[in-house]
Amino acid sequence: MVGYIWAFLIGIGIVYSFITGNINVLNESILTNANEALDLILNLMPIIVLWTGILKIAEASGLLDKFARLLSPLLRKIFPTVPKDNKALGYISSNIAANMLGLGSAATPAGLKAMNELQKINPKKDTASTPMITFLILNTAGVTLIPTTILALRVAYKSSSPGEIILPAIIATVCSSIAGLTLDYIIRRKKKNGNNF
Amino acid sequence: MEIISKIILPIFIIVIVFYGVKKKINVYDTFLEGAKEGLQTTFSIFPAIIAMIFAINIFLDSNFLGFVIKIINPIIGNVSLPLEIIPMALLRPISGTASLAVMNDIFKSFGPDSFIGRLASILQGCTDTTVYVIALYFGTIKITKIRHALWVGLFADLVGIIMAIVLTNLFF
Repeated sequence: MVGYIWAFLIGIGIVYSFITGNINVLNESILTNANEALDLILNLMPIIVLWTGILKIAEASGLLDKFARLLSPLLRKIFPTVPKDNKALGYISSNIAANMLGLGSAATPAGLKAMNELQKINPKKDTASTPMITFLILNTAGVTLIPTTILALRVAYKSSSPGEIILPAIIATVCSSIAGLTLDYIIRRKKKNGNNF
Repeated sequence: MEIISKIILPIFIIVIVFYGVKKKINVYDTFLEGAKEGLQTTFSIFPAIIAMIFAINIFLDSNFLGFVIKIINPIIGNVSLPLEIIPMALLRPISGTASLAVMNDIFKSFGPDSFIGRLASILQGCTDTTVYVIALYFGTIKITKIRHALWVGLFADLVGIIMAIVLTNLFF
């Protein structure tokens, strides 16, 4: 998927530059692009390194687990069909807690484990179960409290207030999560009435 | 409102560090261990950053977007929305690195404190790579029939995009 888009962007860019005769701009772009990538990575590196350091403390001290446990009563309401003592709920809460802290590398393994547990209680192994879909919607809506890379880039481009976007971003995420969960809930109700699943 | 945005970060750090001290872990060594992992992460995403910056800059420098904007401008008319945000909104659900590269370009051209700079920041922060996550998670457990997962996920992203536009207008 990403491969096609990548090829598409390059293809359109080069062909359109040929059509409009912008060959000089195109050549300059090709030759200087890699430098810009280096600038970008150098801008991102310090805050990523700093923040993974801080978050390692949260992980090692058990704060992340504690945070995940706080989420579990809410999760039981969102996933009514998953048994209360199922391991999946624990993994889902660690996944969401890690995502919230911008700890993507810790979120993915927990998310995959949650999916594995949900697959064990899935009656149709090739079809997504209802809790799986709900989990993915919750996951992809992506509540991030500390968006490290965005902050780093804003600092690098000399923003007068790099953190000013945190609060609106959180509000927007909460809205999109609620919208996704509501639509999912409506679909589930409809399916139940129509005796599918 | 503004003050909340400003105190989130310091409060996070003080809570994390002092909880670590309270639980008697070696906070300094743990920090260094994590920082080392962060360094490895940065190096491991470098090839993807080069690839995406390369493709997106060729695309943006060709000014194909200007051509598209010229076509659709009369159609959507008076909507006061910087159209340069559209490629970012389209790429965001598919690749986080690609949308990051577009955001970088927006910051470079317009600055992070411009309307579109703030909008891009909020957009990058409020949605996730829906298509990628669905492909990865369902792929690992060999689910082929994903039912309504994708389009509900994309609907949530759309709500996120709309909210980002509304809130950028409201906050700034």
